[in-house]
Amino acid sequence: MNQFRIWQYLLIFSTILIGIIYAIPNFFPSKPALQIALGGSTANERVIIEVSEVLDRNNINYSEILLQENSVKVVLDNVEDQLASRRLIADYSDGDYIIALNSEPTTPDWLRNIGGNPLNLGLDLAGGIHFLLEVDTQRYSIERISSESASIEDELKRQGLAVTSSAVGSEAYFSFTNSADLEAAKEYLNDNNFTISGNKFNILQNGLDLTLVYTDSFLSEIIDYAVEQNLVALRNRVNELGVSEPIVQREGKGRIVVELPGVQDSASAKKIIGKTANLEFRLEARNSDSFLRKEKFSYKDNPVATAFLEKKTILTGDSVTNAQSSFDENGRPQVNISLDIDGGRAMQNATTGNIGRRLGVVLVEEKTKTFFDVNNEVRQETFIEKNIISNATIQAVLGTSFRITGLGSSTESSELALLLRAGALAAPMKFVEEQTIGPTLGQENIDKGVDSIIIGFCLVFLFMILRYRLFGLSANIALICNLILVTSIMSVFGATLTLPGIAGIVLTVGMAVDANVLIFARISEELKNNIDVQSAIKNGFAKAFSTIMDANITTLIVALILYAIGTGPIKGFAVTLSIGIITSIFTAILVTRSFVNMIYGYRDIRELKV
Amino acid sequence: MNIPFTKFNNLGLAISGLLLILSIAFISLRGLNFGLDFTGGISIEINYDGKVELEDIRTSLSSIEDANFVVLNFGSDDNILIKFQSEDVESFSPQTVFDQLEVDNLLGEVTKTEVIFPQIGEELRDNGGIAILVAIFAILVYIIFRFQYKFGIGAIAALVHDVLLILGLFSIFQLTFDLSVLAAVLAIVGYSLNDSIVVSDRIRENFLDQNQKGSSDSLINKSLNQVFARTIITSFTTLLVLMALLIAGGAALTNFSLALAVGVIIGSYSSIFIVVGVLLKMNLSNKDMEKPKNDPEESYSMN
Repeated sequence: MNQFRIWQYLLIFSTILIGIIYAIPNFFPSKPALQIALGGSTANERVIIEVSEVLDRNNINYSEILLQENSVKVVLDNVEDQLASRRLIADYSDGDYIIALNSEPTTPDWLRNIGGNPLNLGLDLAGGIHFLLEVDTQRYSIERISSESASIEDELKRQGLAVTSSAVGSEAYFSFTNSADLEAAKEYLNDNNFTISGNKFNILQNGLDLTLVYTDSFLSEIIDYAVEQNLVALRNRVNELGVSEPIVQREGKGRIVVELPGVQDSASAKKIIGKTANLEFRLEARNSDSFLRKEKFSYKDNPVATAFLEKKTILTGDSVTNAQSSFDENGRPQVNISLDIDGGRAMQNATTGNIGRRLGVVLVEEKTKTFFDVNNEVRQETFIEKNIISNATIQAVLGTSFRITGLGSSTESSELALLLRAGALAAPMKFVEEQTIGPTLGQENIDKGVDSIIIGFCLVFLFMILRYRLFGLSANIALICNLILVTSIMSVFGATLTLPGIAGIVLTVGMAVDANVLIFARISEELKNNIDVQSAIKNGFAKAFSTIMDANITTLIVALILYAIGTGPIKGFAVTLSIGIITSIFTAILVTRSFVNMIYGYRDIRELKV
Repeated sequence: MNIPFTKFNNLGLAISGLLLILSIAFISLRGLNFGLDFTGGISIEINYDGKVELEDIRTSLSSIEDANFVVLNFGSDDNILIKFQSEDVESFSPQTVFDQLEVDNLLGEVTKTEVIFPQIGEELRDNGGIAILVAIFAILVYIIFRFQYKFGIGAIAALVHDVLLILGLFSIFQLTFDLSVLAAVLAIVGYSLNDSIVVSDRIRENFLDQNQKGSSDSLINKSLNQVFARTIITSFTTLLVLMALLIAGGAALTNFSLALAVGVIIGSYSSIFIVVGVLLKMNLSNKDMEKPKNDPEESYSMN
């Protein structure tokens, strides 16, 4: 007799039950919402009042409006209202607010308490903006090596050695005038040739010259550092946007993906994220300074106005640890700046004896120009633009913490604070991919996906029932269980569902029945050999097992390779395909078996047709 | 059922050979019509409340200097797709298009904009190729470990055959080859293997069965007949769901579904003719079989 033990049934059914529970949150429709952030300063009660006034004036109903972290969230009744109010609030704020279309899950508390959440929807389903930025790692490592060699030269000179240095690519050259100096330098270099991953450089000697060849491990270490640093800076900038559930993650060696679900206004998002900027603090040049020592810059907000600053940079944006806009004693806007210790020391040295002079803050932006060349291929050229964002008089010797006063408006001060805060990038970056997906397209994609799953399911269902009758019914139940398990596993692990992901699920539906078809074909073969029904069922399952495993494991290998190598849509497809393969092995074998057992296992059957 | 598959084997190989030569010729001479994902460029999708005249859009956009746009309907006639191909050497952004359409009162709802730079595309293409090669290698190792090297070569031959024919098809008809099609091709790699493994598994089983008498040829033919019904049914159900994707999945998934559907058919065909063809040409015999360590009949016991 084909019977499972009670605990076996229990195990199988409780697995499915757990699957159902964690799939449930997807059936509570989420409510359309708007998220309003101020891009820099925190939202407050005033914004709530203003927004609710705008909505009331236009007779738009909203079920909730509340402060959430540093933004305001408005929950609306339907998508039309959501889109209408987005437009109204955008018009009202005239670009000051960053508005994201959002949805508020209506998952009941008890489900949420046990970790039940609806599926994360990818940008192609939720709408939003996707950016891919590339860190210029090559340029960064060249700059880094040249500053390394310069600081080694400084140190050697400090030790009283006569040395000159230069750097090209990943090599640094040092020339000495006598061998005593050279030996002393070698000793110093050998003592300082360590990093976490081993040697920093290999030293080659040629007469009175030394060449430092920086190791690949050191180069990849500094590149890693730069990319991680940029990632942190980008996260900060994205957080300034106040969008919920943004994604900022590294992709490959030197790329960073930024995804902003629900955001539609690519220009204002780019304005903040795309500030591939750094800052330089420089003293304003004296009139008597020679032109070799000073440089002319335009002001950022007024390109006609210019000022001369010294060529020497006191410190760069990396040293800024925080910047906040606030108001001074007289109620005028100001920006409070904090520096790290080294920055504070440099600032102190530079400002001592220079009270009364001006200190300029220069914003260094890398801008990209895109065009098609004569061969009709897209080309990009980058250029650097430097502008003064602040040029204020030094009132006292400055240290790690000081403020800039005398700013025109609170908008100006909060913008300056944002620039100061987020301005520090370790290495230059540029946009290499940009995608904006509208809200209706997202909804359309969801509808299409759901439709295809339903149609695909129905067709397969019908066919299986017609072809295999009760066995087909068991296979169909297994198929439903499979879909439930895929949904719940993806929901629990927070995997993101995309349109290619849905295609992956649909494909799994088609392929999952394969295991059942294999089993049923085997059973029917066994029956032809005049074996009794129960043994035929048993043998059918047993003989198909290794084939099913082999076939699924090889497909799984392919799916995992897809996941490892692919990006974006391919990854999404690979995720659902892998999960689908694993769950389908479980459902096609065990779930089908338990239903077949329940149907046939407790009866004495003489004849069976498959 | 007893179809003399192996009799038609040389015919099958000949047809495949011809198709392969055709595909390779087209791929190398004409190349693939790579989508924006791979070439880089700008694309904009706009939705209107009703039918829109493409000619109006073209006229409006032609006033943007030096820019050369491709304007097409996408999915339905109230959806348009604007692709940017220009010898313009000034910096350009989708905003220019929006502004121009706005001026001419032709701006609908922008549903999607994409700006992709060429180096990304090149990398994607390379990664796709690498993914296929790594997959082939990993599978080869697995099959040699689980079966025998001749099966491995058979499965890989079928896989390369399937992938080349799909690429050939996309080259011949100049269908847009984008990221989703690449995903489909990789899925076909999985599907084709699935089929090859099922066939190989059966052949191995029959060769190992001491009670089975007959030549390699007849044993292989018997195996093919045994799995034939399953091959047809599985391909059929997979085609059913792909039909659903084609019907309801929208324009974004059309080429994906198409590539997969053709791949499923070719995959089933190749599991019968290519895998078996290779096995026959390599004179697969009982001697090639060693009993696997895990007897499949013993490895699963639950009752």
